Amino acid sequence: MNIIVCIKRVPETADADVIIGKSGKDIDKSGLAFDLNEWDSYAIEEAILLKEKLGGTVTVLSLGGEDSNESLRKCLAMGADDAIRLTDPAFEGSDGGVIAKILAGAIQKIPYDLVLTGTQAEDDGYGQVGVVLAELLGIPHAALVNRLEAQDKKVTIHRELEGGLEEVFEIDLPAVLTIQTGINEPRYVSIMGIRKVAKKEIKTFGTSDLNLKAEDVGLSGSDIQLEKIFLPPVGEGAEMLEGKPEEIASKVFDILKDKGGLA
Amino acid sequence: MKEIIVLAEHRRGELRDVTWEMLSKGRQLAEGMGAEIGVALLGKGVGQLAEALKPKAHRVLLIEDDRLEVYNSETYEKVLTQLITERKPFLTLIGHTAMGMDFAPGLAAHLKMPLATDCIGIDAAGETLSLTRQLYGGKVNATVSFLKKGPHMVTVRSGAFPVVEKELLPGELVKLPSALTDEGLAKRFLQYVEAAVGEVDITQADILVSIGRGIKEADNIPMVKEFADAIGGTLSCSRPVVDKKWLPKDRQVGTSGKTVKPKVYIAIGISGAFQHIAGMKGAGTVIAINKDPKAPIFSAAQYGIVADLFKIVPILKDKVKELKQK
Ligand SMILES: Cc1cc2nc3c(=O)[nH]c(=O)nc-3n(C[C@H](O)[C@H](O)[C@H](O)COP(=O)(O)OP(=O)(O)OC[C@H]3O[C@@H](n4cnc5c(N)ncnc54)[C@H](O)[C@@H]3O)c2cc1C
Ligand SMILES: Nc1ncnc2c1ncn2[C@@H]1O[C@H](COP(=O)(O)O)[C@@H](O)[C@H]1O
Repeated sequence: MNIIVCIKRVPETADADVIIGKSGKDIDKSGLAFDLNEWDSYAIEEAILLKEKLGGTVTVLSLGGEDSNESLRKCLAMGADDAIRLTDPAFEGSDGGVIAKILAGAIQKIPYDLVLTGTQAEDDGYGQVGVVLAELLGIPHAALVNRLEAQDKKVTIHRELEGGLEEVFEIDLPAVLTIQTGINEPRYVSIMGIRKVAKKEIKTFGTSDLNLKAEDVGLSGSDIQLEKIFLPPVGEGAEMLEGKPEEIASKVFDILKDKGGLA
Repeated sequence: MKEIIVLAEHRRGELRDVTWEMLSKGRQLAEGMGAEIGVALLGKGVGQLAEALKPKAHRVLLIEDDRLEVYNSETYEKVLTQLITERKPFLTLIGHTAMGMDFAPGLAAHLKMPLATDCIGIDAAGETLSLTRQLYGGKVNATVSFLKKGPHMVTVRSGAFPVVEKELLPGELVKLPSALTDEGLAKRFLQYVEAAVGEVDITQADILVSIGRGIKEADNIPMVKEFADAIGGTLSCSRPVVDKKWLPKDRQVGTSGKTVKPKVYIAIGISGAFQHIAGMKGAGTVIAINKDPKAPIFSAAQYGIVADLFKIVPILKDKVKELKQK
């Protein structure tokens, strides 16, 4: 089975002090660490598990600047066979729909049975690219997949719904699946492992290689545009418990007694 | 007449809350621009749901077909393509839910209709829409505009819009033909699988001590468990803790886990993504412990502690034990 996995390199913001950048349209990323999008680490692992079971190849695709090579290499170290980076100054400002269009342009050049994406990207959180990709490729899809079994020309998948319920579908191949976290346990890659693939060529494709027109990509091809970003209003907010740890602890005890019926 | 269409979301005979939220928001937008509101209902034998929807819309656009008995992105896309192409609504609202995330982006692409996903704010100046979305796991908000002319599609986050009670609308029932044929489907529904029932029911606990990715390693969980034991609390968690198999799925709080309503919920090392908050906002009192003062969890809490959990939790445990003895 030949599998294509779309991956994105994103800034790690959960633990970071997020500051709004000068443009007012994005955060200041200068001090941030970057890594493979969490959902995509499950997608690449799932592809490698399928390859180990059924044979075939795994190709990783990423749209992004040269920095994205780092995440592509991580996927190669995990066991992917090939990596392709899609890059062009004209791609700047692309929204989810355009990103899907560019990825589709590249995927049409590669033979495949299955395309995997993450359910959503940690940064923009569109939750859109995989499903649009299926539409543009004219093949079936399922989103939020948390279990996957492949047969010859079809897959049986579980889709995660609200409240822990799942729905099971059978889907003809080729298909696009957007992968949900928890479907597997992404393998660890060592620095040694990454060093081993450091020299492997990463092909790049731009607008003209993909038969796209400059006006169809970037901001000019997009449906939506980001006007400005701002810190969310805190609303009523929490009363902050301050002081020495012991004092805070006493306050917590009082709250528990007061509100939680602590005996 | 200009129309806004809301897609009714239902599963196993019940309308989901996001439907009422979208109808409420959709109506407010419609009133502001002299438009009407229609609600599209797809299904089999859903007459009762149509009745329930009537007072909330100018019309219920009902499409019944045996092949719509359960949701399937393929059938939904076909039926809604016909509906939207014929009625040309000014705006289509769909939930950004497990269902909406599965088909709305494909439907919009198919119709070449500009789409904004997971919106928590929709404002209109005349016919120009301005949307609010969240980026970076809810750490920043963004104002977003459409670059292309409508009609537009917006997917709406569950719980983002309140349901405002207003006078009843006429709710004319309009039955429409289904676009489906007997042609085979490339995606076939097999069955639902229920969530596994575990040993502990976190929905019944008075005090929940909930851990997130901030716990770093499974080996650190016993430390928090000791604190939970000291206060008679039950251990629950955010999704990454379950994804890593550190705690079983039945301990997960959030949209894809459980909805809990304890007297006190203590969130430790949890950032407060909306999928998590949706599951715990019914708690009586929320205490959040996080080293990041900007963590979104603090806006869902009544009390906040900015601290390193590894330092504060053992002190909390000791102090509680000490004070309980007194
Ligand atoms: C369809 C869908 C459904 C989902 N359903 C759910 C769900 O049901 N439940 C759920 O929880 N999530 C759900 N998620 C995932 C959700 O989007 C977030 O990814 C998740 O909630 C993040 O978990 P977290 O807060 O534990 O981790 P992170 O976001 O990584 O946050 C970790 C936090 O710990 C803090 N921290 C780190 N170290 C320390 C320390 N030493 N002391 C104190 N604080 C520290 C950090 O500042 C940070 O705020 C869902 C996602 C999708 C797409
Ligand atoms: N720049 C990109 N390059 C490759 N894949 C991407 C890119 N952006 C998004 N994707 C894929 O689409 C998924 C969903 O992203 P999004 O729709 O932006 O939330 C991600 O998990 C990736 O698999």
